Amino acid sequence: MSAPTHSPVTEPLPRPSGLAGFAADWASDQRTFKNVSWGKAMMWIFLLSDTFVFGCFLVAYMSARMSTVVPWPNPSEVFALHIGGSDVPLILIAIMTFVLISSSGTMAMAVNFGYRRDRRKTAALMVLTALFGATFVGMQAFEWTKLISEGVRPWGNPWGAPQFGSTFFMITGFHGTHVTIGVIFLLIIARKVWRGDFETGKRGFFTSRKGQYEIVEITGLYWHFVDLVWVFIFAFFYLW
Amino acid sequence: MVDIRSGTDRALGPAEVEDVELYHPHSWWTRYVFSQDAKIIAVQYASTAIAIGMVALVLSWLMRLQLGFPGAFAFIDAERYYQFITMHGMIMVIYLLTALFLGGFGNYLIPLMLGARDMVFPYANMLSYWLYLLAVLVLVSSFFAPGGPTGAGWTLYPPQAVLSGTPGGKDWGIVLMLSSLILFIIGFTMGGLNYVVTVLQGRARGMTLMRMPLTIWGIFTATVMALLAFPALLVACVMMLFDRILGTSFFMPAIVEMGEQLQHGGGSPILFQHLFWFFGHPEVYIVALPAFGIVSDLISTHARKNIFGYRMMVWAIVVIGALSFVVWAHHMYVSGMNPYFGFFFATTTLIIAVPTALKVYNWVLTLWRGDIHLNLPMLFALAFIVTFVNGGLTGLFLGNVVVDVPLSDTMFVVAHFHMVMGVAPILVIFGAIYHWYPKVTGRMLNEAMGQLHFWVTFVGAYLIFFPMHYLGLIGVPRRYYEMGETAFVPASAHTLNEFITIVALIVGAAQIVFLFNLVWSIRHGREAGGNPWRATTLEWQTPETPPRHGNWKDLPVVYRWAYDYSVPGAPEDFIPQNQPGPDNLTRETAT
Repeated sequence: MSAPTHSPVTEPLPRPSGLAGFAADWASDQRTFKNVSWGKAMMWIFLLSDTFVFGCFLVAYMSARMSTVVPWPNPSEVFALHIGGSDVPLILIAIMTFVLISSSGTMAMAVNFGYRRDRRKTAALMVLTALFGATFVGMQAFEWTKLISEGVRPWGNPWGAPQFGSTFFMITGFHGTHVTIGVIFLLIIARKVWRGDFETGKRGFFTSRKGQYEIVEITGLYWHFVDLVWVFIFAFFYLW
Repeated sequence: MVDIRSGTDRALGPAEVEDVELYHPHSWWTRYVFSQDAKIIAVQYASTAIAIGMVALVLSWLMRLQLGFPGAFAFIDAERYYQFITMHGMIMVIYLLTALFLGGFGNYLIPLMLGARDMVFPYANMLSYWLYLLAVLVLVSSFFAPGGPTGAGWTLYPPQAVLSGTPGGKDWGIVLMLSSLILFIIGFTMGGLNYVVTVLQGRARGMTLMRMPLTIWGIFTATVMALLAFPALLVACVMMLFDRILGTSFFMPAIVEMGEQLQHGGGSPILFQHLFWFFGHPEVYIVALPAFGIVSDLISTHARKNIFGYRMMVWAIVVIGALSFVVWAHHMYVSGMNPYFGFFFATTTLIIAVPTALKVYNWVLTLWRGDIHLNLPMLFALAFIVTFVNGGLTGLFLGNVVVDVPLSDTMFVVAHFHMVMGVAPILVIFGAIYHWYPKVTGRMLNEAMGQLHFWVTFVGAYLIFFPMHYLGLIGVPRRYYEMGETAFVPASAHTLNEFITIVALIVGAAQIVFLFNLVWSIRHGREAGGNPWRATTLEWQTPETPPRHGNWKDLPVVYRWAYDYSVPGAPEDFIPQNQPGPDNLTRETAT
């Protein structure tokens, strides 16, 4: 068989309409999501899977909290800080949430400058994002320390249902781990951007493959996801 | 030869997926051990899965020895029996079937059948295998840990799983089991993301989703399901690990153990059951859907006919995948949940029978008046169809609450799930190995050994599991170490148990013939050539057999669907997917 030569597409083919057209678009040639790179598609699908992880954690928490027969500790008292002679409810968590949401802003700016190929600003904003993230984890460590010093343990606490401590430490811990991984990831990518790896085509240490500026955006996807998860954890733990 | 500018070719768009730069290994280690080539990773996955599967097979022998000849073997005490039963179930479901279908067949077939050079993230793919191997080693290590592996049953229900009355409950067993599962899930996620993104974004020119072979549809849908179902198991494992190690009370209610009040209180064992079965039921279809897909291709190829109702087959796979997420509590009819839930879950369960039956009809209609070649892959495919129908019909019994309640926890359940998700997928795995072994090694498996293996396995499986239905109906419970003096179990049931045990030993021995065949044929098998089955799909059209790193010289271009067999007017009874041709020389528009 001789190698076929291909003629360019001259006229658009007839397209089915309605549901059949919807299915045909999804099934279309070579790529289902046009102009979406492999890396970005992978991150989206991973985040979908991770959503189910956090979803299961939160559903388990809700089920434990709703079915418990002993009192649940009052969040506005438990999470209050004693500042200037009075207890300020939720002050720490308000600051933490503000820091994390701000980090999403700096991340979005980093992505923008990344696509403008502004190495310095991109790297600086990514480092700033990582700093915000590290601050968040630091404040979380402070909160854990405070709660532990007041007697909260995974197996019990002075105020009521033992599931309060176990779900709190497990879910905020799991989220904090995500933030920490994100911080490490951000610093690694920021270093690569700063060094100009994506211009020179320097190969990765582990994978021996060239990186692309798009990795900034993919890191950003992960970072925004971690922020979004925090909004749900914040609502379900601190506002309920 | 053919005017390619007319007809099908016009539908081809420009190349959207640029050719990739492959990592080329520099040493023996990176070529064959720490390999990033999906084909090597597939063989690694498959070998590890079969090796650990042999352990599970031996465990089933030991269980059957106890059931057939209670007390005759002093080393099988009650504790060991429960450890055998637990490890047998867990290994077979997760470490053999899931890993072999997705990690083994997925890795080998997805890039080849789609006309890609490799998976999209070869490095993560490699890590996936090594994490899987680590998970298997952690699992195996529990056999040597103090107290032995866990004996909690493969469902690991708390509270008993972490109490001292259960083998491994207060020792290493349950900790190693849960850790191994967590490692498996992390490893699988790395591979699973690869499979999904490769199918969605890395296909050859002309390979639309609706031209993919059904094998890929099955593996793809199962992988998507696994990525959404394994998180529930991950969460359940993490929480139980905390209950065991930190003393939390996620799943542990206030409980007295050996006359001593434990520190736990307020946890919900039912929560674990929900999380476990939210994973556990999709898991059944994670195993079944790749089998459905593969068997469709085996039947079409070896009956020399296009698959009947391709579109409906695809939709049935997708619908089964979606429905399987809303049926999980049919495993929990006796858990004491709200009866209205039972009504809901029984309804959804029975609805799944519709797309499933559709697939069975389509397989039979594909065979109808086909040019059936009764070679080994076809024999296994036919065996699958009857076995799956048998197992599926008892599923209708168990899906109904009122029928399930008396049958629950009897040997009837054991017979049902072994037929439908044990024997049936394993038969497909065998058929698939006989079918694709020539592509992997370049040589055919020995036919005589294969025939022996097939007939002993197929007939033996029925002799083992058919009587179990009867045992279950007369009330013989499952998971019992021994019956003792039980009035309602007649003496004939014991005779039947002895018979089942003897057959099980013979069927197990037949698998050794199969393993020997796998090794022997690498050197002594008949030379296969590139396309011994005269099949249409892309993996048979590679320039070399076995395919080299990168699979292709120039990336293939796809002009037709995967099922152009016996097309009227065509010079041969198959037209490869990458052969251009006029529109009228295809059956693609027929379905």
